[in-house]
Amino acid sequence: MGVLRKLTPVVGTLCFLLAWQLIVVVFKMPPYLLPGPVAVAYAFVDNLDILLSNGWVTVYEMVAGYALAVGVAIPLAIAITSSQRFNEFVMPTMLFFQIVPKVAIAPLFLVWFGVGATPKILVAFLISFFPIVIDAAVGLRSMSTEMADLAKSMGSSRWQVFAQFRLPTSLPYLFSGLKVAATLAIAGTVVGEFVGADKGLGYLLLVTNSNMETALMFATIVALTIIGLVSYYLVELLEGALIPWHVTHRIRESGTM
Amino acid sequence: MNEPYIRLTNVGKRYETKDGPVEACSDINLDIKQSEFVAIVGPSGCGKTTIMKMVAGLQPYTSGSITVGGKRVESPQTDVGIVFQEAIMLDWRDVLENVMLQIDIRKMDRSKYEAVARDLLKATGLSGFEKKKPYELSGGMRQRVSICRALVHGPTMLLMDEPFGALDALTREQISMDIQRLWMETRKTALHITHSIPEAVLLADRVVVMGPRPGRIVEIIDIDLPRPRRLDRLPERFHEYSTRIRDIFKSKGVLAMD
Repeated sequence: MGVLRKLTPVVGTLCFLLAWQLIVVVFKMPPYLLPGPVAVAYAFVDNLDILLSNGWVTVYEMVAGYALAVGVAIPLAIAITSSQRFNEFVMPTMLFFQIVPKVAIAPLFLVWFGVGATPKILVAFLISFFPIVIDAAVGLRSMSTEMADLAKSMGSSRWQVFAQFRLPTSLPYLFSGLKVAATLAIAGTVVGEFVGADKGLGYLLLVTNSNMETALMFATIVALTIIGLVSYYLVELLEGALIPWHVTHRIRESGTM
Repeated sequence: MNEPYIRLTNVGKRYETKDGPVEACSDINLDIKQSEFVAIVGPSGCGKTTIMKMVAGLQPYTSGSITVGGKRVESPQTDVGIVFQEAIMLDWRDVLENVMLQIDIRKMDRSKYEAVARDLLKATGLSGFEKKKPYELSGGMRQRVSICRALVHGPTMLLMDEPFGALDALTREQISMDIQRLWMETRKTALHITHSIPEAVLLADRVVVMGPRPGRIVEIIDIDLPRPRRLDRLPERFHEYSTRIRDIFKSKGVLAMD
């Protein structure tokens, strides 16, 4: 019973794939419109070298953009939560950069930086930057007044309040932003590649699309999904290692509730 | 020794709100001697927590004067241990480290005070739990850890703001006994805020009875009962004190007349 129960998600996925394959076979779908999962799997394996070489490019751009976003967003969140004045100073600009559609700026980056990795890195940066700042700022403001009072009664310095109380309290919030940003970064990279690129999975999508190589296009989408999932789970793994005390992890640990 | 350790003279506090000023408390006159245990009991919103926070230097007062150890309170007091209504554990530190937080922040000698911390945990029935994380403990145990944290550095003054407010009745009784025992051993100058009459009478040398808004002291009652006071052997006079305080609340309209 226990093993069967654990296999439920696998069975569900297999049912979906089976239904997909059945639809393709029964309705005699032309492969350029909708290839079956078997054809997609073959395309994936047969073109593994192309997927890997282009996938590497996309991963590099995504990781660079994401790292840049983390590196800028966290200090900025600390700054805006330390000074109300600074918060008011940068918030309008930050909002502008968040609300302006990234797809609309991407061509501009192409003009400025050419078809290389830089414009993709910047789009990935722009798209993943905002959720990190916002969630980190919420986290840094989430310390209770009683905890602040406790810190004061101990004679904490400003730095001690930050390092011992405020920063650790903010980590669960920060990580929810980091996780959202991880899934957005891959989307940003693909947007950047759509606008102008000669390699990368976004580029491969455009090429396979215009060549009607739909099976390989599906395989590319699968590759992008895998990258997104892996980066999400890597951040979650890091979260589990850094804040094992956080509620979402302790529930899983104890296996109750 | 005759000079009171904590002295409140005509203390009052006003808040400015959108609907005009609100008086949290006024005309508070209270002297607390060194090593005395004083409880303030009163209904919600009578400003009793405000008084504790003003004594701790965590909230400003708007009139009168407060001195602690002869010095006017103008900033957060640090020769103090505070037990808040919530245990306020740092979930990323284990039980012992939560107590040692007090030592770390004050940059005191860890090697010297770790033994003190362990002794306090033992005295509150928490030996064996040193390496547990706060979220693995019950609410009562967490509050005991916070009591140890408030005492580990040997402060002169112990402030408690409804420390049993979030606990069940049985746990309250147990921790009351812990506090009485620890206080008898250390003789801190203690200010205990509560809305429980029996708790105040059980623990305090003097009970300050406060009336509803604006918070004023209605009466200060000396509790002349021998220590240690035991919940299972409460003398007749314990009930007389409780009844007297209850009658004061009734006369002020805090408790309904039956």
